[in-house]
Amino acid sequence: MAFPETKGTETSAGPTAAEVADQERVLAANTAGHGWRWQSLGRWEVALVGFVIATILYGAAESHYFLSGANFFDFGLNIGPIALMALPLTFIVMTGEIDLSVASTLGLASSLLGYLFEHGWPLPVAIVTVLVMGVITGSFNGILVTRLGLPSLAVTIGTLTLYRGIAEIILGSSSVTGFPNAYDTVGTHPIPHTQFTWTLGIFLVLAIVFGVVLHATPLGRSMVAIGLNKETAFFSGIRVKRIKLLLYTLSGVICAAAGVLWTFQYATSRYDAGTGLELDVVTVVLFGGISIFGGRGTIVGVMMAVCVLGGIQSALTLINVSAQAQEVVTGCLLIVSVVLPNSGATIGQLRARWARRAGVP
Amino acid sequence: MMVPITDRATQPAPWRRLATVLFRAREVSILLVVLAVFGLTTAYNTSFADLLSVQQLLVGASVMMILAVGETMVIITRNVDLSVGSVLGLSAYVIGDLFAHFPNLPVILGFLAGVGVGLLCGVVNGAIVVLARVPSLVVTLGTLYVIRGVDAIFVNGVQINPSSIPDSFLGIGYETVLDVPWMFVIASVLVVIVGYIMRTFRPARDLYAIGSDPQAALLAGVPVRRRVFFTFVVSGAIAGLAGGLWLANFATVSSVAGLGYELLVVAAVVVGGVAIFGGSGTVVGAALGAILLNTINQALVATRISAFWDEALAGALLITAIAFDRYVFLRRERALRVRLAHGLS
Repeated sequence: MAFPETKGTETSAGPTAAEVADQERVLAANTAGHGWRWQSLGRWEVALVGFVIATILYGAAESHYFLSGANFFDFGLNIGPIALMALPLTFIVMTGEIDLSVASTLGLASSLLGYLFEHGWPLPVAIVTVLVMGVITGSFNGILVTRLGLPSLAVTIGTLTLYRGIAEIILGSSSVTGFPNAYDTVGTHPIPHTQFTWTLGIFLVLAIVFGVVLHATPLGRSMVAIGLNKETAFFSGIRVKRIKLLLYTLSGVICAAAGVLWTFQYATSRYDAGTGLELDVVTVVLFGGISIFGGRGTIVGVMMAVCVLGGIQSALTLINVSAQAQEVVTGCLLIVSVVLPNSGATIGQLRARWARRAGVP
Repeated sequence: MMVPITDRATQPAPWRRLATVLFRAREVSILLVVLAVFGLTTAYNTSFADLLSVQQLLVGASVMMILAVGETMVIITRNVDLSVGSVLGLSAYVIGDLFAHFPNLPVILGFLAGVGVGLLCGVVNGAIVVLARVPSLVVTLGTLYVIRGVDAIFVNGVQINPSSIPDSFLGIGYETVLDVPWMFVIASVLVVIVGYIMRTFRPARDLYAIGSDPQAALLAGVPVRRRVFFTFVVSGAIAGLAGGLWLANFATVSSVAGLGYELLVVAAVVVGGVAIFGGSGTVVGAALGAILLNTINQALVATRISAFWDEALAGALLITAIAFDRYVFLRRERALRVRLAHGLS
């Protein structure tokens, strides 16, 4: 992401106070050995724990129904697809890029699944085809970003419109229903012996895998390195473009899978499935403490952000706040999640300026 | 190092020079594409060139042209304003609601109220972007939903009907002067004025400097944060004005007015030759981009290709435009390097 008004200045000009502080922190961390991450990055996660507790308390206070198992199931229905799509986006944002086409990919997957089912394809074959479609849409984003060197923001705004448009061409204003009951139970029955929806259960398993990959494998650390400084990563021998292409493809596949689950969950295939959901997905990732500039954040943070956003939406739904009005809350969360981590640096700078003014008569 | 700029050996053939001019002056090529789309569609369906049809085409493009003016200014500073669609919706509703309560309100006051609403939204956007130093993409993505949500709370399911809006206001939406719709006149005047300002005046030129290199602009003494703040305020105000015209055109407003416009506006602006990473592009180009998207939209209807193709084409056009810009940029860079190598040897 290149919005150097605020950052991306490392290469072109002297470091700001915040960056110097960051560098010192990293230096100190490197000399201090292990355990440093808890000091330097732990703060936002601690705040998130507070947010999670506050959300639960708020929800429980607003409605007795909030902490029931049935509501947990509804919570999973609502937040599950969002959470699933947030995982690959976490990786992408970690490398300093963005993917705004996630919700449109979900919609396209849902439309294609409905179209194929309507034309008599056996469902397992249709599902595999949809996942292959995810590989294609994802790698199309990735190729435009890496091989053509186009800005990911513009590319994915374009494919946001494009993929939704293709979904519209495929299905028009009609909707497809009548999927076999065995599949539609995704939306009515939890995973046996639990209260987890299928989407939320798959999210939990994947989150563990993604967490291990991000925090404990060379691939994951490469992503972090790319996000911290692309040039340095490149000159250290990291295949920057290949990794980014891989991540976009991964995002395409998982969003397509989320589209399949979405279709069965609502037992309907429509071209406008999940319209506008990219806001929630981006909010979860950024509120989870992944820096929009790349290189900082943890999967645990994203998981807690899922709890907070899902919890708030669940509580507001219980007290009959309309979906559109809930967007105020989601939008505010998004703004807060980028403003708060940066406010420390801004205040520091203002203080430095005042000190300078006071010092020079 | 002196580099001979007009070296006869590297002077391209005349047709290539013409091609280069067309490449560089995006306005010309966009206009040609608009005419081509128009011509092809008319060849298929002659009623596409009827006066009424053309008028409808111009009216349809007007709101998008106006939004493109504000968006261009923001994108030139290497920022983006994704909240314009929501601001338009809120402004349109506030104006409609005002007329519903005060039927005798002068038309101009209605517009002023809309501009005021937009101004306020712009101040919020600008203040967060500038004070908190966070990417405008995220901030305006947030305010997109916050403003839309506030709009929904205001509207509360009750939509404004044409009967509660004065005829003098609605007249702007369909009346013409010398067969040119008022909507298009207003949009064109705005484009010309802002286009002139962006060419001529120093604070406006500063926007290009900021977009080319924010650090360099800062070092050159440009008050970067003040200019960026001001740009967001102007963009908001213009979106508020667009809300007024939207209401005059459609005469009814619910909580989904202008939903999703932000993407079309960004597409129009980028197709119109404004670099997504700032520093170059013109208001006129962006307005032509808006006209092109709208012409394609209407052409799909006129040629009886399904209107469902509209969104996909807009997206494809946006991607083509940025890929094309990238190609031209790389080619120019290579040419420059070749010329430098010649100068060195």
